[in-house]
Amino acid sequence: MDMPRNETRPVRFDEFSTPKHLEHASEQARQRNYQDFLIIDVDSHHYENENYAEVFQYIENPVIRRDAVESAGRSTGLLNTQVGTQNLAGRITRQKGRRIEKPRAAKHRDIGMTLDWMDAIGVDYACLFPTPMLFLGAHPVPEIEAAMAQAYNRWLCDNVLAHEPRIVSMLYLPFNDPEASYRTVQEFGDRKGVVGFMVTSPRYKPVHDNAFIKTYALIEEMGKTISFHAAYNWDDRALSMTNRFISVHALGFMFFNMIHMTNWVVNGLPERFPKLKVMWIESGLTWAASLAQRLDHSFMMRTSDCPQLKRKPSEYMQEMFYSTQPMEMPADLSILEATFKMIKADTQLVWSSDYPHWDFDLPSTIYDLPFLSDQAKRNILGGTAAKVFNLPTKPVKKIP
Amino acid sequence: MAEWFVAKASEMADGDRRILTAGKREIGVFHKDGQFHAYSNTCLHQGGPACEGLLINNVVDIVGADRLYHGQKFGDEVHFVCPWHGYEYDIKSGECIGDRKQKLRKFEVVRRGDEIYVVA
Repeated sequence: MDMPRNETRPVRFDEFSTPKHLEHASEQARQRNYQDFLIIDVDSHHYENENYAEVFQYIENPVIRRDAVESAGRSTGLLNTQVGTQNLAGRITRQKGRRIEKPRAAKHRDIGMTLDWMDAIGVDYACLFPTPMLFLGAHPVPEIEAAMAQAYNRWLCDNVLAHEPRIVSMLYLPFNDPEASYRTVQEFGDRKGVVGFMVTSPRYKPVHDNAFIKTYALIEEMGKTISFHAAYNWDDRALSMTNRFISVHALGFMFFNMIHMTNWVVNGLPERFPKLKVMWIESGLTWAASLAQRLDHSFMMRTSDCPQLKRKPSEYMQEMFYSTQPMEMPADLSILEATFKMIKADTQLVWSSDYPHWDFDLPSTIYDLPFLSDQAKRNILGGTAAKVFNLPTKPVKKIP
Repeated sequence: MAEWFVAKASEMADGDRRILTAGKREIGVFHKDGQFHAYSNTCLHQGGPACEGLLINNVVDIVGADRLYHGQKFGDEVHFVCPWHGYEYDIKSGECIGDRKQKLRKFEVVRRGDEIYVVA
């Protein structure tokens, strides 16, 4: 029997520890017995810019490498970025806190930082993505995107994925350069911990361009996943009409993936690559349910616009995978239940945290849903992702 | 219900707070503008430590009598912010700013001499 405790502590802002910051998440994990639940996070992040001194050394071209090294630490330099106060003007405290944090001992600081939050939340395996590089698809020079992608991918494989089996990744595809994208799959497809390839969505290359066909074919042949990771581009002509971060974030994270999905389906790519695993990341769920209905509605009148399709667009969409976060949570859960039904969540939805970003989700967003069966929860939280990424199914985390 | 000792009032400067573990409950106790307030430390959103984030005043859009927008300023209402995702709460009522129908559980604060207690 638990004895009553009476302790008090101050709140300190001059120290930071991820396990402490996430103590309530660990409590949730213990209460729900996540130790017996396989939990795979298909979308999490580190801040690769904290390692740019190391990453830049991997840039192959000496001219670009010098440019990168010389501009390091400056607000304007070789790499593009985006306006946006993701930490809510300091209200989200972990972004500042991580600078003074001392993570567990590990082969690399980013491994220690990542394992700290994974165990605290209850995650067994995490797919790790970069942060500032999510905007790199809007870089004006494709050559820089390609050089940076190669350097980052090599750095990640050598320094993180090679040393920690619980961390995997879908590597950055320099999509503005189709040939470099193809070479990326060739070079990294068999590296340890590489479970697929990721296209950052804010960009202006149509996914149905013939230049990408051989890359899709190679990813399909390797049995890997191609994913489209959402983000915003406040410089986009339409999105630049918005004036608050909430607006550009809410729209931008759906906008580009809606365009890519539409092109993907209408141009018959699911028919041409029936075994290619396609995943849509960080757009939430409502966009997919909405788009499926709109495309189906128009398809019945305009089959001549998409003659490769043998079925309705929604049927192809129900064969793709969707990450959960940021999962919309309507007060009326029957709306969410209908959304789950639209995308066949039991087999196609894969949980994601997006940790440590400002709008991360915990496993409880799925575990606590009253309309899901136990098996559906197990599938969404980890079972489906284990199949997609070919990962072990035994929980290995150590919840504090 | 029992009274749980928090701190000596003289040891909590204005703007200070303590997190009290009372049995299985965590309660945030704030001292702000001469008053003490106590709320559940579990955010209504995803269960974050609601009382452990920034204290910050509300943001106001300045809209004139002519209905034109003239910029933003900080208002007089003090909020505490859940550090996980930014849910904001009114320090005087515990109301969630995004939906004032939702409130954090409020606890009575009792002062005995220089000692502060929470009833929970």
